[in-house]
Amino acid sequence: MVVKVYGFLQAACPQRVLLCFLEKDIEFELIHVDLNTLEHKKPEHLLRQPFGQVPAIEDGDLKLYESRAILRYYSTKYADQGTDLLGKTLEQRAIVDQWMETETNYFNAVGLPIVINLVVKPRLGEPCDFALVEEQKAKMEKIFDVYENRLATNRYLAGDEFTLADLTHMPGLRYTMNETGSSSMVTSRPNLNRWWNEISARPSWKKLMEMAAY
Amino acid sequence: MVLTIYAPLFASSKRGVVTLVEKGVPFETVHVDLMKGEQRQPEYLAIQPFGKIPVLVDGDYKIFESRAIMRYIAEKYRSQGPDLLGKTIEERGQVEQWLDVEATSYHPPLLALTLNVVFAPLMGFPADEKVIKESEEKLAEVLDVYEAQLSKNEYLAGDFVSLADLAHLPFTEYLVGPIGKAHLIKDRKHVSAWWDKISSRPAWKEVSEKYALPV
Repeated sequence: MVVKVYGFLQAACPQRVLLCFLEKDIEFELIHVDLNTLEHKKPEHLLRQPFGQVPAIEDGDLKLYESRAILRYYSTKYADQGTDLLGKTLEQRAIVDQWMETETNYFNAVGLPIVINLVVKPRLGEPCDFALVEEQKAKMEKIFDVYENRLATNRYLAGDEFTLADLTHMPGLRYTMNETGSSSMVTSRPNLNRWWNEISARPSWKKLMEMAAY
Repeated sequence: MVLTIYAPLFASSKRGVVTLVEKGVPFETVHVDLMKGEQRQPEYLAIQPFGKIPVLVDGDYKIFESRAIMRYIAEKYRSQGPDLLGKTIEERGQVEQWLDVEATSYHPPLLALTLNVVFAPLMGFPADEKVIKESEEKLAEVLDVYEAQLSKNEYLAGDFVSLADLAHLPFTEYLVGPIGKAHLIKDRKHVSAWWDKISSRPAWKEVSEKYALPV
């Protein structure tokens, strides 16, 4: 059965889900929700995602939202298909969890205000809080120092294999490398740079970038 | 070998502590003095490189991030105590969905309230009234969605208590206590009933009494 993904190709959270589906050869149908006309805040979409966010998925009778929960569900359900994104033992899976959490609580928490101010607000004609952007960028440097250290002794965040821990960072990192003018934060850190180059060369990422047609 | 969890007096750590108590797992605790900046010292950074709490140490194994710790404990001790993950992959999917809602929608405004109302006076930095007002508004919007969900389901992920419910306990206790905004919970009939139910669970009563932060 084809999974329906309600979202927007250039938005980070739907990209996370689509990337997972591409890695795991899961067939999907993207149903466009137009963020520019605030379609995600309208009653029809609120029935699928009551917080007014994207993505939401429908898979037969299953309905699910929160991109990272969707990643976990499909990576578990299709553990034997496509790339194994979870880790094999409980201990390995918990380390994958740990680095997925660092994406949510550190990288995304610090990065989201940067993206909102530099990318979203200009589109809506709202003023950018430049002081906040500078503050957040300073915090991001410290976070990247920790990642740099981690990736000095690990090929991927959770160890030797590419997992959800790496995948979940990719849509946000795309903003770091492009619109937010922060690419030097990555390129100046040899291990972080090596890791980003390796994961962004994966066929699934290239396919997603083609689909998103920036 | 006994598990050790760090900084049990602080809310994030209590997510892990309550999971351990729910599952009947013996554990030890190590105090970390955040007021004195102990989390930024090299010895602590060696086990949690972001300088945040908590960390769980299980023999040679270390894991940080409170929700990752909850998942690890719930999986490892699946066969004892309440099953906090749901029985099927689909139920687990709902648990993960609401755990993520807590992390991305509920926690950020509540953390802002906690920092500005509870910790600002303690640590001597000025409270941001604009942030307090906006955070309360955001939290109210989120709680309206919770009210709808909890009018159809006894707990967030369905008719069973899960990690998703437990994750809300520590910071919501601040909300109804020292933050002084209990009305956000009490004014919503189903949210209020859910809060009463989860906060009166014996495991939570034990954790909140034994590891109360002296504020």
